[in-house]
Amino acid sequence: MNLTIDVSKNEDVHEVKLSGEIDVYTAPKLKDTLLPLTQERGSTVHVYLDKIHYMDSTGLGVFISALKSTKEYDSKILLINLQERVFRLFDITGLKEVFQIESSIRGGL
Amino acid sequence: MEKYKELMKQYMLTENEEALYKAEQFSKQLLQKDVSPDEIVQIHIESLKSLYPELPKEMKRSLDFLLETMIAYGIVHQEARDLREKQLELKSEIEVAANMQDTLLNTVIPDVEVLDIGVLSVAAKQMNGDYHHFIKDSSGNVGVGIADVIGKGIPAALCMSMIKYALDSFSDERFSPNSILELLNRVVERNVEAGMFITMFYGVYDIHSHEFTYSSAGHEPGFFYKAKSKQFEEIDARGIVLGVQNNVSYINYSKSLEVGDTVLLLTDGVTECRQGDRFIERQEVVDVVQKYIHLPAQHIVENVYRYFERLQDFDLRDDFTLIILRRER
Repeated sequence: MNLTIDVSKNEDVHEVKLSGEIDVYTAPKLKDTLLPLTQERGSTVHVYLDKIHYMDSTGLGVFISALKSTKEYDSKILLINLQERVFRLFDITGLKEVFQIESSIRGGL
Repeated sequence: MEKYKELMKQYMLTENEEALYKAEQFSKQLLQKDVSPDEIVQIHIESLKSLYPELPKEMKRSLDFLLETMIAYGIVHQEARDLREKQLELKSEIEVAANMQDTLLNTVIPDVEVLDIGVLSVAAKQMNGDYHHFIKDSSGNVGVGIADVIGKGIPAALCMSMIKYALDSFSDERFSPNSILELLNRVVERNVEAGMFITMFYGVYDIHSHEFTYSSAGHEPGFFYKAKSKQFEEIDARGIVLGVQNNVSYINYSKSLEVGDTVLLLTDGVTECRQGDRFIERQEVVDVVQKYIHLPAQHIVENVYRYFERLQDFDLRDDFTLIILRRER
């Protein structure tokens, strides 16, 4: 299984649409795409996860790196529409308290 | 060289299949002696010239041309050999490191009359990114820690050693589970790179009051088994993983255990088992444990592991750790 990453810019927001699996093999690719965006001073990054049906702890690691860089670069990251299995990871690890997570458009939860 | 010439002559004269077969056998010997492709072409040219001194000059030229073309292959052949050697070297170094890790992280299951304890930890790769730790304090109470580092293999193992030393450095005193996690979080946060984190559960079993006090840093929830009702319930404990934020408070929870009640602790290597594309549901873990719950604790963990090993065709994807503590009396 692979990971497809689609990046676009909508006004001032970087929109990152993901689909597939985030695991030890695909996580580096995500990291290479995501970190330059959160390292743009003052940027806002929206990550759409509705098409991610599997993520492991390496994936969490990428999001933690991104989150840490938002503090350094005064940027923002927002995670949108997580599937239940993926949301559970953020829940168990207590990370949902430190991430901004939204289930806005298509009720991803 | 002489042997090659001999075999070639044999074949040129007879076109005999047997000579071809011998050539194949001979090539294996050459490989063992690390004769490179361009050397073989060289031998071929010389054998041919000595067997047929009257070779047309175009033929000779074409062979010299072939020889030049083969040189790059010879270099690659040499490189492959060097890599093979290097790889063997690395492999044996990792083996040494894995043995060291086993020794360093070794923990002794405390011998306590009131508890039956079983534990099994298996690494998916050579080195284990799971860690568990037992300690008996001066009043005889039992501390148990279980942790899982993100990732597998060597980086995870190195990180685990850090946890072990940190734990050792303050486990003489009687800390409560939440303050142990708070201290560890500070150590981990300061010492790991941005994307690294550790999940951990720490519990202390009071052998007099039979209270189990515990705290969790984002660790995969374990289970309590109530002997009276034969029911499992998820251990509910909230807390963020170690290494993400620098000033974190963890919460202590506690649970009273009756005789026969059991605490089940695990890592996500257990719940992240996959059978083909199917994920193992946590309920399935509970069902399997339930099947063996009448056995001694060590037999339970071994049987559960064997069940999941079979399910995954003996190909463990993640480190697997399972701990069982049962109140005996």
